[in-house]
Amino acid sequence: MTLHAITVLGHDRPGIIAETTDRLAHLGLNLEDSSMTRLRGHFAMTLICAGDADADGIRAALASLTDDGTLSVTVHEVPEEHVVALGGTSWVLSVHGGDRPGIVSAVAGVVAAAGGNITDLTTRLAGDLYVLVAEVELPAGADSTALAEELREVAGRLGVGATLRPADTDEL
Amino acid sequence: MSSQVKKDVNLRVQGWTEDELAATGAVRDVVRAPAAVLSAPGARVDPTSPEVVQLAADLVATMRVSPGCVGLAAPQVGEQLQVFCVDVSEHPKTRSHHGTFVLCNAEVVSASRNERAREGCMSVPDLTGDVKRATRVVVRGTLPGTGEEVELPAEAFEARALQHEIDHCAGLLFLDRVAGAHAVYARQTYL
Repeated sequence: MTLHAITVLGHDRPGIIAETTDRLAHLGLNLEDSSMTRLRGHFAMTLICAGDADADGIRAALASLTDDGTLSVTVHEVPEEHVVALGGTSWVLSVHGGDRPGIVSAVAGVVAAAGGNITDLTTRLAGDLYVLVAEVELPAGADSTALAEELREVAGRLGVGATLRPADTDEL
Repeated sequence: MSSQVKKDVNLRVQGWTEDELAATGAVRDVVRAPAAVLSAPGARVDPTSPEVVQLAADLVATMRVSPGCVGLAAPQVGEQLQVFCVDVSEHPKTRSHHGTFVLCNAEVVSASRNERAREGCMSVPDLTGDVKRATRVVVRGTLPGTGEEVELPAEAFEARALQHEIDHCAGLLFLDRVAGAHAVYARQTYL
């Protein structure tokens, strides 16, 4: 049993997911994790698949997807990763304001300097409104109040606003 | 009136209409993000001042001409002040409600029973987001004109609308409260 990371990227049209996953199912591959979305009109799919097929076999099965030149496909074998729970805390970071270069790098730099790990990040550009929402894991003992203040300062210098909130979960 | 009755409303607020303002509201342009006024905390106001009474009338007039609009806060018309109007009476998700009203310097006194739902906003027309908010709140504020302090219980959609507008008055958009990185969406259909 091996793991493969597969990406399919290109011009969006109906049927990309159906065709891709049908070919993978015929190889006996299991889609363990995936992210599929449309980015600025491009369809972007990233899959982690488990199964016995090798990378060449997967590439061959997906080759016809690229025939018309509108989609590109990559296939790489990847190692099994074990996510270690660090006993930290989970936060949601929202940043929004006028679009300009450097917003993501500035706030990500502040988070990294505090030892925070961004586990998920989405950005949206709507007109000139730029929106970033990130999920952040902070190590145990991290000073979240100081981090929130520094994020506000750095964002403020870029003319955008930043809010750091606990990612509270309703335990039912 | 029992505070435990499901249809609990504040009758003073429910009976309020913009006619009390005795001012003709002007339809104002609605500000869109990124505008600094939407991200700065609003100042407290004197609810009896003529300027605030006129602003209250303008907010109601602007809400009335905006299709699907159930609330509008002063920052959305470019005023960095703690004033907003709400009217959820025509919305299908509404249960009990207070009709049209305007509150100044409002705050949430108590909140319970969180629920996640997708929100849109006239000031962020191209995006929507999943936001968790209380479905039962008690809000305290002041009526424009008379300056009476009122406390009203709200539930369901009216509770959500109130929290959304009070957030506007504090310089917060729904974008500041979305549930996570996959909870903000490009809007597919427009109001």
